[in-house]
Parts: sequence; C-alpha cells; structure tokens
Amino acid sequence: MISLKVNGKAYRLDIEPETPLLWVIRDEIGLTGTKFGCGIAQCGACTVHINGEAVRSCGIVVGDVDGKEVTTIEGLSPDSKHPVQQAWLAEDVPQCGYCQSGQIMAAAAFLKEHPQPTDADIDANLTNICRCGTYPRIRSAIHRAAALMKS
Amino acid sequence: MNQIVRTEISRRQFVVSSTAAAGGLLISVALPKAARAAGTGMQPYGADEAAPEINAFLAIHPDGTILIRSPHQEMGQGAITAMPMIVAEELECDWSKVKVEYASAARNLRDHEVYGPMATVGSRGVRTSWQMLLQAGASARERLIAAAAHRWNVPASTCTAANSTVTHAQSGRSLDYGALAADAAAIKLDKEPAIRTPDQFKLIGKRLPRLDTPVKINGTARFAIDTKVPGMVYAAVAACPVFGGKLKSVDESPVRGRRGVLQVVKLDNAVAVVADRFWRAKEALLLLKPEWDVGPAGTTDSVQFAKLYRDTLDGPMVNARSDGNVDDAFAKGGKVVEATYEAPYLAHATMEPLNATVHLQADKLEIWLGSQSPMGTIKQAAAASGLKPEQIVVHNCFIGGGFGRRSINDEMRQAVLLAKQVGKPVKLVWTREEDMTHDRYRPQAAVRMKTALGPDGMPTAFDARIAVGSILRSTGISKVENGVEAQAVEGIANIPYAIPNVRVGCMLKNTHVPVMFWRSVGSSQNAFFVESYIDEMAHAAGQDPYQFRRKLLAGKSDFLGVLDTIAQKSDWGKPLGPNRGRGIAIHECYGSIIGQVAEVTVKHDGGVRVDRVVAAVDCGHVVNPGIVEAQIQSGVIYGLSAALYGEITIKDGRVVQNNFDEYEVVRLADAPKIEVYLALSGGKKWGGIGEPGTAATAPAVANAVFAATGTRVRSMPLKNVKLSGA
Repeated sequence: MISLKVNGKAYRLDIEPETPLLWVIRDEIGLTGTKFGCGIAQCGACTVHINGEAVRSCGIVVGDVDGKEVTTIEGLSPDSKHPVQQAWLAEDVPQCGYCQSGQIMAAAAFLKEHPQPTDADIDANLTNICRCGTYPRIRSAIHRAAALMKS
Repeated sequence: MNQIVRTEISRRQFVVSSTAAAGGLLISVALPKAARAAGTGMQPYGADEAAPEINAFLAIHPDGTILIRSPHQEMGQGAITAMPMIVAEELECDWSKVKVEYASAARNLRDHEVYGPMATVGSRGVRTSWQMLLQAGASARERLIAAAAHRWNVPASTCTAANSTVTHAQSGRSLDYGALAADAAAIKLDKEPAIRTPDQFKLIGKRLPRLDTPVKINGTARFAIDTKVPGMVYAAVAACPVFGGKLKSVDESPVRGRRGVLQVVKLDNAVAVVADRFWRAKEALLLLKPEWDVGPAGTTDSVQFAKLYRDTLDGPMVNARSDGNVDDAFAKGGKVVEATYEAPYLAHATMEPLNATVHLQADKLEIWLGSQSPMGTIKQAAAASGLKPEQIVVHNCFIGGGFGRRSINDEMRQAVLLAKQVGKPVKLVWTREEDMTHDRYRPQAAVRMKTALGPDGMPTAFDARIAVGSILRSTGISKVENGVEAQAVEGIANIPYAIPNVRVGCMLKNTHVPVMFWRSVGSSQNAFFVESYIDEMAHAAGQDPYQFRRKLLAGKSDFLGVLDTIAQKSDWGKPLGPNRGRGIAIHECYGSIIGQVAEVTVKHDGGVRVDRVVAAVDCGHVVNPGIVEAQIQSGVIYGLSAALYGEITIKDGRVVQNNFDEYEVVRLADAPKIEVYLALSGGKKWGGIGEPGTAATAPAVANAVFAATGTRVRSMPLKNVKLSGA
C-alpha cells in the first residue's frame, strides 16, 4: 500500500510502487488537470509540486512519493486566485491550454525561489514545452505574477 | 460593399429550426465577471438542441444567458471567442452573459449542414463564417425586437435593441432578451436584415479576453484524454513501425496474468493491450515482441528519399503555371542565379498525444475526441464501425493542439476497431512515441529555382521546379489526376513579384511515409524556398533585400503596407553588431499577407539564437486583436521550432525520432521577443490568422543567418547547417 497526500487529502492506494505518479494522479485519484505529454520528463505537461517543489510527475514513481505531499493544479488554489493563475488570466496566456497546468505549476514553484526573476532566470529554469508558442505571454505573466506576489 | 460571397448563406440557417425543443441543459459555469463573458464549460460540447433557440446558432435562456454555438472547434486559435463575438456584434447582447459551446455535428448532419462544413482547417474559421455569424446575430436581434413590438402592440420600427434589452422609448417600456426569447423563436421575419459593414462594428475589433481562459488555468478544461465513461477500459497500441506493414503474429504469453491486463487485440497492422489502467496497458505492451511484415519499404531511408526528390528535379514536370516565355528570356542572357532547396518531413507533435474514447453499441457509437473536423469524424467512424452516420455521436472536446493533424482521426478509427473486439467502452491513448512515429507528416520536398537578372538587376524570368509528396493522394482525398496539387505549389505558383516570365513545374512523388496538412501546409516549405531565393537574387543584384522586394511589389499596396511596416519597426538598415543579422520575408497565404524580420545572433558554437521577430499581418479585418497577436506569435514559434530543429528522418523504413528529446522544439530560452503589427488593408479582404505566422519565419531566420555569416541556408533545419561564429 502506498500512502500519499494529494491536495491535502490522504490516500492509501493498492498499487504497484513503480507506477509513475502521473498515472496515479490521473487514473487512480481522478484529477485530470495534470497532463500526459511525453512520458519521459521532457515536456513538463505533468508538472506537480511534491513537498512544494516542482516535479515532472511522469518521471517519478509513486513508491518514491510514499508519505509525501503532492499538489496538483486543482490544489494550487481553491478559486483560481493564486497570483500565477491571476497573471495567466490577465495576460490571456493559454491557447490550446493542454500544457498550461504544467506551465503554471512550474512557474509557481519557480517564483518561490526567484521572487524577482530576470528573463535570464526564466530561460534557465522554465523548460516546459508549449507547442502553441505561448512563451511571450508566459514570460509577461511570470513578471506580472512576481509583481502581484510582492504587493 | 464589404460582402463578398465566399460561402452560400441560405435563409434556412437563420430561421427557427423545426427541431427546437424546450428544456435544454446548459452546463453550469462560474459567475460571469464584468468584461469577461460567461465563457465555456469544462467541456466545449453541449447538450444537443438546447432551447429556446432563436436559430441554429443561438439560444437565449429565460435568465438571459446567451448560448452561442461555434461552428468551428477550439484548438488554441481562439475560434470559440471570435465566433461568438461576431454573433454578438449584431445581436446587441450583454457580452457578460454570453456562453459558447460547439455546434453539434449530429445536428449539422440532420439539418443539412446548417453550420456549414465545420472543418477547422486552412485558417478558415473567421474568413468562411463571418457573414453567416453576423447574419445569425442580426436575424435574432430583429426577431427579439419584433417579439417585443408584438407584445406592446407597437411598430417594430419604434423599438431598439441594446445590451440584451429591447426598449420602446416612447412609452418607456423595456424587456430583456430572456423574457422575449420564446416569443422571438416563433417569429417569422418578412425579410432578413442586412448585416453591418465593418465601419459600423462596435464589438468586432475589441481586444476582449478569451472565453476559454478561466477553465484553462485551473485544470478543469476537459480534453479528450480526460474522458472517463462508466465501464471503460484502457488501450495502448503499437502499429507496425514501417508504414504500410502488417502484423504477422504476436506471442501473448509475456503479458498473460499481469495485473490489470484484460486482453491483447490484434489488428491488421497493429497490436494493442487492453487493461484496467492505461499505465498497465502501456507497460504490458512493451513486453510484447510482435512480428511484422514490413514489406519492401523496410529498407528505405532518408538518404534515398533526399536523392529521390533531388533526382526528380531533373525529370519531367507538369506545368503549374506558365506566363510569358521563360526559355526565350534565359536565351537573352543576363546574370543567372540558380539554387536547389530542400525541406524534410516534419511531425505535428501536438501537446496532447492522439487519443480517443469510444463506446460502440449495436446501434450507436459515441466518440469523445479532439477533432478538427467533426463531420469528417462521423464519416470516418461510420466506415470503421459499419453504423450509419446518424447513429454516431461525436463529443468533441477542447483540442490539445491540432496544426492539421486532427483533421483525419486515425486514433479514433483504431479505437473503433479495438472496441469491436473488446465489447466495452475503450479509451485509446497513443504514447508520445506512437504519436511521433505514426503521424502523417509535412511532406519532404526539393525545389530548384533559376532566374536571369536583367541589366538593371531585376529578374526577367523565374523558373521553379518542385518535387514533393502529394498530400491529397496520401490521404486519399484526391488522385490529383492532372498532376498539379494546389498544396504542393502554393506560395510558388502564386509568387507575388512582378517577373515577366514565370514557369512553375510540379512533380508529385510519394514514398511510403504518409503526408498531410501541417500548419500552413505547402506555404510552410515553399515560403522558405521562395523568400530565401528572392534574397539570393537581391544579393546577386547587389541590392538591399527589402528594397529589392519593394521594387518587385510595386503597385501592390497591401504587400507594401506589410513590407514597409516590418522594415520600419525592425530598424531595417541600422547596423547590428558582429555575428548578428536581420532577414526579411513576406508571404501570402490563407487570404492574409504576413511579413517578418528576424534578428539573429550566430553564437560561438555556430548555434543560432533568434533575438527578435518583427511581424506584420494584413488579414483585412480583425475580430480580436489579442487573438491575432497570439496567433502570429504562435505561428512564429511553431515555424521557429521547424527552422531550428525540425526534421523527421527515416531509417529502415521507420521514423527515427521518438519523443521530444530527439524531436526538439522551441522552449522559453529559444523564444525571441516577438512584436506583432497590424497592417490592415480592409475592404473585401478577410484573411485567416492561424497559419500565416508559421510560413514566414524560416526564410526570415535563414536570411538573417546569411546577413550575419554569409552562409546561405538551403535546407532545413538549421541545426544541420555548419555555421561559424566569431
């Protein structure tokens, strides 16, 4: 049995410990905001927080998350009011939207480490793929979120 | 007059439908905020026939909610914001009460294509539906006014409509749309109202927030891959790695008894594992070692294909265009410039891997899918299932990237074939590896262009020969019996430059690799060929590439408007530092003209960094400038991924690249600063916006690389080109 907490709720799951966390979140727990994009931790569509750190959930097995706290996009805020979500809304970032949960989760964790990021910080740390090319607006939204968090 | 007849509009589309029924369901949404429309539900498909509808495009609820049905699908390009904006322009409704959902494909089938073809391809959304949507809004508004006038027993001409309210000023009475909708649905107008002309637009042209953003920032937007239906099982599939090959046999014993594994299903050209969870299905599939009959294509590779396309350039061609006499012009002499260009296969690599959920029953097939063409989906599903089109229900979801790939639904067809053997609802998900190795690719191509420059340095003749895969033959859409495919020659045969003698030859050659529409289609490679080559001509003539184009476009005010905008905004001509350069490109496709100036730095390791792209577009009219800006940025990034990294290669008949580690794409660090300007010519032009942005990026970047290094890039991608930085 694997024990983990997702968005504050405790789960005990009878599941193979080598199951990637992504599939536990999506298919066992039923939270589908976290997306499958590549399965090899390349694209970041599956980014969640584990004990507050951004992790690509397709690349970590659930056995390694035993006893840890996982936050998914659904748990980032109860009402889409997290500063990153508010910035994303204000900048109208998403296009197809598929990668955006991962982008937002990556940005939220990044801003904790880099409260006043430069473009170079963003480039060096945020590597999630968006095939719609929302990058210019992601960049603006990250700066906006940083300002929101400061105020 | 701004009304060009692009689509036949029938009155039937705007009069009340005989199938209107009461009590339709609406998906609940969060409370609307000021200036933001009520938006979308978690899923974009709706309950069929929500009522009381005023016409096929809109229903108004008693509480005043305006439900607008979008004939086009949402894959990021903003259709489900732009479509309701156009309806609301005429409807005079309260924008904060607007909700949008997809128009129903089943309804479209029953109702003689009341929504038109519904194919979200070819950047067609706005440019093929604007008149019909304006008319739908105007018609509904007039009927709401007529309903109020009737109730008050006053002439309709004394009533006005604004902000979802009909007012009779003389008596000070007013009624909101919600209270009038049921009556309005029964009104027949003597004649349909005329639609507004662009100078009268109030809502169209505003930078309104997208309707789908709220559900795309909190994980609630439902994509096909998020579908869950009762009793559903999961399938992972591996098709024969060589296109056209067949499954010979597979030993099922390695997966027998594995937890959750329910069944191994054999298809003609694929094997699938069905399990109670996707991950279990996918892991089990990896244990199978299917034997394939790969056929003769199993010995082919990209080296052979490159030779095939180059050799084809020396053989016979079919004329796609012949103006003047090219041979005579060359015979007269002048400086000859000749160059051969090549472009590789490219994958679409949508963020959401292909997937489909199907529930096949004896007399009904339900499909949850991300499809760019729900009518095409019905047709394809009918063929795969043996059911009648009217027995098929497509729940089209938010589409996690289309770029052309989702206009033919291979994944859905495969899911239906699996469901026939499984007997339960099946959710089939292609892994990224399956998606990348079983795409239908942007065709590989080679082009040779030759020109003669007159004493003034200007070209007297342009002779182009194109060897490329046929998309229409590969997809089975057409046999292209005359040998000239519009998609193959677009952007070359209609070269906009004033050259007196032009000949464009075309030879379609397909390999076993399936090819299809890839964002901007033929223009995606042909703009690279032509715009790079024009740059070569300019340099051969000793002229500035911008001024050279200017001369060749003399008198074409729309092209010049775009060209001058990008030149001015990019500081064209202003010196840049060492190893830096600017490149310019302009191209017309999908009814729009796109121009771009790229500014690049060639790094010490020879890598190319694109620092800035200045883009201008003439799409005639703009519905939502925020969306146009985003689409041009999007197109530039998509084109840049291809220019810097994109190539699908073949070895032993198979696709070499499996995932994003081998098929690299642009990430934030590669993303340039992109400025987007509108250079609108207005008038009759209503151009598309989803694809043009992609076409001009590769040539602008390649021309900038030439400016920085003196190295002419004649084949893509740039990662394969040896450059030396200082």
